[in-house]
Amino acid sequence: MTDSINRPTFTLQHRAPSRWLSDTSADRVFQLLAGSAGYLVLGVLLAAALSMAWGGRHAFATFGWHFFTSTDWDAVNKKFGAVVPIYGTVVSSTIAIAIAVPISLGVAIFLTEIAPRWLRAPVSTAIELLAAIPSIIYGMWGLFVFVPFMSEHIQPWLIAHLGPIPGLGRLFQGAPIGIGMLTAGIILAIMIIPFITAVMRDVFLAVPSGLKDGCLAMGSTTWEVIRNVVLPYTRSAVIGAIFLGLGRALGETMAVTFVLGNAHELKLSLLEPGNSIAATLANEFTEADSDMYLSSLIALGFVLFLVTLVTLAIAKLLLLTVQQREAKGR
Amino acid sequence: MRFFSTTSMRPLALAAAVVVATAGAASAAEITGAGSTFVYPILSQWSADYHAKTGDKLNYQSIGSGGGIAQIKAATVAFGASDKPLPSDELAAAGLAQFPIVIGGVVPVFNLESVQPGQLKVTGPLLADIFLGKVTKWNDPAIVKLNAGLKLPDAQITVVHRSDGSGTTFNWVNYLSKVSPEWKTKVGEGTSVSWPVGIGGKGNEGVAGYVRQIKNSIGYVEYAYVKQNKMDYAQVQNHSGNFILPSAESFQAAAATADWKNARDFNLVITDAPGATAYPIAASVFVMMYKQPKDAAVSKAALLFFKWALETGQAQAVALDYVALPPELVKQIQVYWKQTISVTL
Repeated sequence: MTDSINRPTFTLQHRAPSRWLSDTSADRVFQLLAGSAGYLVLGVLLAAALSMAWGGRHAFATFGWHFFTSTDWDAVNKKFGAVVPIYGTVVSSTIAIAIAVPISLGVAIFLTEIAPRWLRAPVSTAIELLAAIPSIIYGMWGLFVFVPFMSEHIQPWLIAHLGPIPGLGRLFQGAPIGIGMLTAGIILAIMIIPFITAVMRDVFLAVPSGLKDGCLAMGSTTWEVIRNVVLPYTRSAVIGAIFLGLGRALGETMAVTFVLGNAHELKLSLLEPGNSIAATLANEFTEADSDMYLSSLIALGFVLFLVTLVTLAIAKLLLLTVQQREAKGR
Repeated sequence: MRFFSTTSMRPLALAAAVVVATAGAASAAEITGAGSTFVYPILSQWSADYHAKTGDKLNYQSIGSGGGIAQIKAATVAFGASDKPLPSDELAAAGLAQFPIVIGGVVPVFNLESVQPGQLKVTGPLLADIFLGKVTKWNDPAIVKLNAGLKLPDAQITVVHRSDGSGTTFNWVNYLSKVSPEWKTKVGEGTSVSWPVGIGGKGNEGVAGYVRQIKNSIGYVEYAYVKQNKMDYAQVQNHSGNFILPSAESFQAAAATADWKNARDFNLVITDAPGATAYPIAASVFVMMYKQPKDAAVSKAALLFFKWALETGQAQAVALDYVALPPELVKQIQVYWKQTISVTL
């Protein structure tokens, strides 16, 4: 068939009816499958959150807001409060991020911009191997190798030199036993560096070379290219990588329980032992001998869920404000 | 033989061989248990010998006494092992029977460079004060008074306790509650308590690891772990005022003076025993099994294992520094089995 200016047209009558029907039904089935996969993920997330909230209802009902303000953890008198584990989780993860982000940025920039090409593959492989080490190995290495090193060399130095400073010194008090918040933070940092570095490196490599060449052509140094082209271009991915690492650090269990000390005490000093939510759950879940104890532990798990959700929400908000600022123009 | 070599008989011969092989394997039962880390060394020794003798395997998870109690109440295992005995009403409500299987001791261990194993002397109230955080340095007058001949450093004491719920902890704090009224009111006793000071290790192994690792620390572990890890231990003053070294003899003295006959379901904690040579922190490990088990065959296999352990396994227990149960107690336990557990041996 042709139309008014002799162009051939395809009309529906040219197709066999069976193929037309199978196309739309195939489309519909695919839509259904893909949609249900997406909704399944959402459903599982909601189900996990709800089941934990349900398990912890006993504790929330009995303690109310006191659960988030009390430092008790008394299984004999059945009084529980979440402050010490939450504090430990947040502080050890903050230390880990504070140490890991500069190092990861440095490694990723080195690998993509500065290192000779032949060095890229071996160092990348080494970093990926670091990521593959199980966390309990980190815990054991931490306890048997790193803790003595901390207690004999690093902690005495910190206590002697930083301890006497008024204000900041309060972070460095205590006996140099090697086990504590700072050690746990450093081990966590070593664990999350590979994850953050891998994502950053991939994303830095994906920056179009035309942009970088243009910058270089205008006479900028390597650092100026990185600062003005690479980092702004990959900003959202970099923030995403950091929060990926933070998420791993918040939930890390075995490495932390070996070196954090499992002490239910709230101490300001980084050299004192503490406790984290994941370590508390790992240690005490199997023999919680009363309903209140079990409910408090599940409530603690729900709190970890909330903490992770809040950090991700902050990440999203940060990205949103950055993108909005970008859209408005600098 | 020519009968079996014909083609039509080969599948039949193969099937017969398979049946015979699997029949042999099917008679070996797998007994599951969970609970106390204290009893793990002797249970693994017993299970290896019992397996060599009868082919029955024992699968024991040392997840702590609290875990053992929870798992047997949930009926996921054939028996639970706990250092803390359950009271009779709790046993009756769950339909469980309870009996002791082995006796040992909880020993204070420490890490002091200048002191040899067995030299340090402590009393119950002093241990309570250290674990309460009232005595914070090794050269505190209270410790120096008891150990005039020892060189104690001017260093802070790092207290190591259990981070998980544990029957070892239960026996330790039960003893501290008996000797220190302040401990009793401030902390109390249980498998998991609110420790005033100190860091927590996971399991007896965790506490032993931390004490070996951290200088000037003090902790508490089962005696078997002390011997196996060659740790420094202290003498403890008992109820009669004598300083006693932990050993099989001193544990036996504590077990001998305990009043088992009047303990319903063997619900008896033998800390602070009255004998002159009794070690004050002796502990029993209790096994809990269902009175009317769902899987009678596995329960029977478990009871046969315990019968063998009580009758012939006591020598291995002694070799691992546990205490053999007195023969009257073994008879009392076997009578108890006949009366309460509905499984014919």
